[in-house]
Amino acid sequence: MKEEARSQILGSIRRALKRGPVDEERQSALEERLANPRPNLIPARAASLQHAAQVDLFVAMAEEVQTTVARVSSIAEVPGAVADYLAQSNLPSRLVMTPEPQLDEIPWDTRPMLEIRRGRAEDGDAAGITGCFAAIAETGTLMLTSGQRNPTRNNFLPDTHIVVMHRDQVVGTYEDGWTQLRARQHTADGAFAMPRTVNFITGPSRTGDIEQRIELGAHGPRRLHIVLIDNGGTSP
Amino acid sequence: MKATSHSFKENAHQALGNANLQKALNLMRSGFPARRAAAIARLPEFEALREEGKAIKDHVLENLDFYLETFERNVVARGGQVHWSRTPQEARDTVLAICRGLDAKTVTKGKSMIAEEIALNEHLEQNGITPVETDLGEYIIQIRHEYPSHIIAPAIHLVKEQIAQSFRDTHTNLDPARLLEEAPTLVAEARTVLRQKFLAADVGITGANFCVAETGSTIIVTNEGNGDLTQTLPKAHIVLASLEKLVPTLEDASTILRLLARSATGQDFSAYTTVSTGPRRPGDMDGPEEYHVVFLDNGRSAMLGTEFQDMLRCIRCGACMNHCPVYATVGGHAYGWVYPGPMGAVLTPTLVGVEEAGHLPNASTFCGKCESVCPMKIPLPKMMRHWREREYEKKLSPATYRYGLGLWAFFAKRPALYHTLAEWGARLLGAVGGPRGRFRSLPLAGGWTAGRDMPAPEGRSFQSLWAERQRKKAT
Repeated sequence: MKEEARSQILGSIRRALKRGPVDEERQSALEERLANPRPNLIPARAASLQHAAQVDLFVAMAEEVQTTVARVSSIAEVPGAVADYLAQSNLPSRLVMTPEPQLDEIPWDTRPMLEIRRGRAEDGDAAGITGCFAAIAETGTLMLTSGQRNPTRNNFLPDTHIVVMHRDQVVGTYEDGWTQLRARQHTADGAFAMPRTVNFITGPSRTGDIEQRIELGAHGPRRLHIVLIDNGGTSP
Repeated sequence: MKATSHSFKENAHQALGNANLQKALNLMRSGFPARRAAAIARLPEFEALREEGKAIKDHVLENLDFYLETFERNVVARGGQVHWSRTPQEARDTVLAICRGLDAKTVTKGKSMIAEEIALNEHLEQNGITPVETDLGEYIIQIRHEYPSHIIAPAIHLVKEQIAQSFRDTHTNLDPARLLEEAPTLVAEARTVLRQKFLAADVGITGANFCVAETGSTIIVTNEGNGDLTQTLPKAHIVLASLEKLVPTLEDASTILRLLARSATGQDFSAYTTVSTGPRRPGDMDGPEEYHVVFLDNGRSAMLGTEFQDMLRCIRCGACMNHCPVYATVGGHAYGWVYPGPMGAVLTPTLVGVEEAGHLPNASTFCGKCESVCPMKIPLPKMMRHWREREYEKKLSPATYRYGLGLWAFFAKRPALYHTLAEWGARLLGAVGGPRGRFRSLPLAGGWTAGRDMPAPEGRSFQSLWAERQRKKAT
């Protein structure tokens, strides 16, 4: 039955389009289009800016959607920034952290009050720290990818999601994010290896389902906080 | 669900008298359109992006068989499975078989219009599996045993007092004396209740905003994060998608994503856009062990090559209904099936038949706002006219309408006679109604005057005034 449904649907499409399966010439044109994905029109908002201005735009756009951002000047300042944020928000200093190498480089032991468990988030983890793959300036969007050290649930289960990132990770557009991903994620034979999950996250979870009033913290995190390691000078 | 689109007139009449609904619709009128306008005002490229989005979808539709087969190959290459269903029944049975194979007891669901179209929840319940809607709006209507009244805001017809009552009736294990007056407490309660459902579910079902041929990925767009917990925690992720969700590449999806949230909610980007590719990988610490994509045709392939092909570009943003004066007056339930508003008026007759849904293409003022706000530039009014023509050809429209139209056509084809009669008619009505300037009742026009007065003509027809003006100019 399965094979029959498949061939009938494809047959119905071809009948409606008044042709058989795509001919060789068209097929190679279509395959070429897929093999070399080209960006379409890119809005100027972020694409026209220098990198320093893109970083500022990223912060401004993120704050517009209720993400909070703390800019620090080196990784040495990250533990203090995290501890301060938790204290200011009246949150306990227990955290679950994804076991990523760049997060391990941070001198967490300078803040012994922070109680950090490395691993996968579980029900009851109130706050979590992750890194990210890239940050997209045009809409203040974080791009996170799943992997052996990046469980997806850590982006959604804890009430508070803290993202530690470096200013170099800011790119202009979604297309820039894809370009970086294609360049960095590939199999042994060089083919693009799409991660299981790519999460684009723009602000904390929200809903407008009750009388169209926006409420934060529907199912995902109520708070999204970014610690931006910003040692590249300030923009002009 | 059983369509009640044939009762549009009765449904609409009831809607007009429903005070809660009218209050809720008032909120919508002041909300979505202004937010959309503000978001678009700050993206100068929006018009150009509409053209590009339209071109991408047109390209996909012309090569739909190629893109579907490529997508399937790439899903399989990454360890997933693709299932093809011609009818809602086949799609329901496929989902049920997957759930049974995993011995599933409960299933969490992200919002999926295809699930509504195939009435999946009823089917799972009848077979001993408990479906739990996790989008807040969908959850609210599920516990109220209703169906969505809007494609992106399923509970838009309700006010918060109704929602609070439904929570009290359903969450009976919670303190009956708790306060539930305000939206934040309602959201928090739903979060707590549903969190346990996410953790307990055996299978997660989501829809798809896009299927990416290049990578075999599916994309969902949400604000709540419910779709992510739905697909990340259980043993299997089932994606329900209709055929036309295909896009060639991630770049193509990105272009259309720039249109989607702005058109839908007026956000620059929704909180969560999630791209899923196959099941969990070796060494991953989480993610579903199985990944299934269930395609539904249900008459869509037959729309290709017809005057309704453009409808397959629809990305389900809801802008057409947010801007529709008819939708804003009667709400979504009056349309009687899954898809309301202008896009529903075009799509519903295709999916359930013009005999059932012939009223819907008539539920339009032809103001053209839907087409002007459609990010995919779908000519909705033109397609509604196509349905009206088919309805007329099939002799489905009422006899008085058909004879009246015939009578009007007789005069309209004889302009001299038409003008003379129109001039007399205008003078007569002007003379009779002149002193008051309006009529409270008129023979043959009871349908109009039952609800409002009919303004009286001022005594001359436009044609004769125009002719006089031209004569004066000439002299």
